[in-house]
Amino acid sequence: MAIYPPTNRVWWREPVAKIEIAWIVIAFVWGLVMFGTMVGWHIWGQQNLSNEAYRTTPEAYLAKAEAMAEKYTIGEEGDSGLPIVHPPAGSDVYLVARLWQWWPVLQLEKGKSYRLHLSSVDWQHGFSLVPTNINLQVHPGYEMVVTLTPTEAGSFGIVCNEFCGIGHHLMAGKIHVVEK
Amino acid sequence: MEAVSQFPPLSIPERVFRICGVTGLRVELNAERLIRANAVAAVLFLALGGLFGLLVALTRWPAVHLLSSEWFYLILTAHGADVLLFWIIFFEMAVLYFASSTLLNCRLAAPRLAWLGFVLMVVGAVMTNVAVLQGDSTVMFTSYPPMQAQPHFYLGLILFAVGALVGCMIFFATLVIAKEEKTYEGSIPLVTFGALTAAIIAVFTIASGAIILVPTFMWSIGLISTIDPLTYKLVWWGMGHSSQQINVAAHVSVWYAIVAIVLNGKPLSEKVSRTAFFLYILFLQLASAHHLLVEPGVSSEWKIFNTSYALYLAVLGSMVHGMTVPGAIEAAQRKRGFNRGVFEWLRKAPWGNPAFSGMFLSLVMFGFIGGISGVVLGTEQLNILMHNTIYVPGHFHGTVVAGTTLAFMAVTYLLVPVYFKREIMFPALARWQPYLFGFGVAGIALFMMGAGTLGVPRRHWDITFSDATLRYGFSSAAFLMMALNGMAAVLASIGGIAYVVIVVASITFGKRIPDGPATRAATGPTPMAAAVTQYGSAGTLHLPGTLVLVGIFFLSFVLYYYVNWKYLSQIWPLH
Repeated sequence: MAIYPPTNRVWWREPVAKIEIAWIVIAFVWGLVMFGTMVGWHIWGQQNLSNEAYRTTPEAYLAKAEAMAEKYTIGEEGDSGLPIVHPPAGSDVYLVARLWQWWPVLQLEKGKSYRLHLSSVDWQHGFSLVPTNINLQVHPGYEMVVTLTPTEAGSFGIVCNEFCGIGHHLMAGKIHVVEK
Repeated sequence: MEAVSQFPPLSIPERVFRICGVTGLRVELNAERLIRANAVAAVLFLALGGLFGLLVALTRWPAVHLLSSEWFYLILTAHGADVLLFWIIFFEMAVLYFASSTLLNCRLAAPRLAWLGFVLMVVGAVMTNVAVLQGDSTVMFTSYPPMQAQPHFYLGLILFAVGALVGCMIFFATLVIAKEEKTYEGSIPLVTFGALTAAIIAVFTIASGAIILVPTFMWSIGLISTIDPLTYKLVWWGMGHSSQQINVAAHVSVWYAIVAIVLNGKPLSEKVSRTAFFLYILFLQLASAHHLLVEPGVSSEWKIFNTSYALYLAVLGSMVHGMTVPGAIEAAQRKRGFNRGVFEWLRKAPWGNPAFSGMFLSLVMFGFIGGISGVVLGTEQLNILMHNTIYVPGHFHGTVVAGTTLAFMAVTYLLVPVYFKREIMFPALARWQPYLFGFGVAGIALFMMGAGTLGVPRRHWDITFSDATLRYGFSSAAFLMMALNGMAAVLASIGGIAYVVIVVASITFGKRIPDGPATRAATGPTPMAAAVTQYGSAGTLHLPGTLVLVGIFFLSFVLYYYVNWKYLSQIWPLH
């Protein structure tokens, strides 16, 4: 019984039942398969993070984002006061996370790749692109770069999914994907 | 009889022990008082934290939307601390003292120091609750900087951790005394071995906690200017996730204990079960990476190695227990003569005994819901799909609530008669309690996971974005999932309230159980236990039912795992 010392004092010499050995082998091999799947996806898969990241400061990051917006703003998102920015395909795109908005609204072209930069200028935020389900953590002081390629046109939401204080649930942004 | 020789003459006065009238176990009085105190504290924090959990679920039920946003975030912070930390760790202290003093037939080391540890834990837990309820420490359980709580929020957690560390040291010291005073022969019991695993992981966990919470506390009182948010997450989760591994080791031990006590079951192989526990010690600490899979500044090599616990070796440990525990049940039941067909042993299991039913539900739900979703969530690329969605709390309600909490509830039905010398009151309600709570929690976990795959964020007051500048319209399926989650939470709460009522009523008004006769022979294996000691050694074990169960588990695991890869392959390419 498991609540008493093993009855067989040399329990480590007992042979192990075949059913147990078989299951251990299966479970071990399955672990290797799952490990291999992660590695293999880096080689053959299309959805991986580059882990490209830089140290930054809120001021430096905000300056880059504002410079981009100044150049490429094409309008305003409804009456929200948020600019819609249409950066050239293939370019560096800066999205600012701050209490409690994603700035600016981006307009991207379907099928084109963009280097999307993400950083926060205050607390931690969570970039959650819905309904596509791409979720990335956004830290202050760190600038993450993800190269992404929208494959469908339409309006996508950016929800904050890292708790960032009392206005957390007000923090939503938008990415418009347009056909070229 | 062999049983008598199991315990040599005592070198300390007999009066510090009494004989339990139900089990025949020798209970040391210092350990008994500490176990009672820790168990009572645990249940009080479960009641409080459980109530908070219900309020959270009712707020996230869109049609109810109970609390204001301020209160929602505040209560959610308190819910995490009270149930994930305080309920579970107080109960684990009781388990540690049970597994050392009672199971090893030994006096507890340094009882006064153990009381100091308990007092520190109580002071810390109360202090953190006060900090949260005062309203200036709504930072969530994780308290990610640069968001800052009041200093006493962190100080409370530090005091609690120090108290828990003292408890672990008492446990280790008791093992040393037992060995020294030869209170048992041979090796420590498997349950004690599992508890030892939990305690070793706890030391690592508490060390990680100290390394990050002490500087964070100093930051909150102005002695340190900044805390790096990424470093904080790395080290904090060395505590936060590893503490969940304490829970796993503890509740697996509890599974083995319940199988032993209720069914006289014996592990199929001591060697295999102990090795599986040992894998936890070696690899579980790497799990901090589970929380850093979509962070900037961490390489994929690091993520893959750590998130998989080095080739999934800790998962291997859990999968082994997932077979050996039902295997032990099947073997014990077949010894009793339930041999017809593949599943007579399972059909004729004591489903009306809440200790057994709670344990079995905990085993199944931990494996199927918490375990599989955990591996999927902890896969580097798949994490992109679900990070910080409500899938995450769905997963850990499957592990920590359906797994750990339900297992602890189940063992309570065995421990109350031993340590409080009272019978369980309301046996009819007790019979239903594990089902109410278990199925409620399964609903919570599954519906939150469902909502999470639809993108619903965790820790979010309003997914309609009614006051926001920009809105996103979640699908009606997402709202349905959140409503079902609320209903499941109500069911789980009924089960939770039933548990608290049964425990509180039993320990205050339950029928008294007299001590047993003062014979040491009573503590040895029962004749029935002696009869079942030999399986596992023959290599001829016939366990078709267990084979079928693990087969179903394995198929579900593989299918669900690759369904998620298929889903990942459909999202926007990114690199």
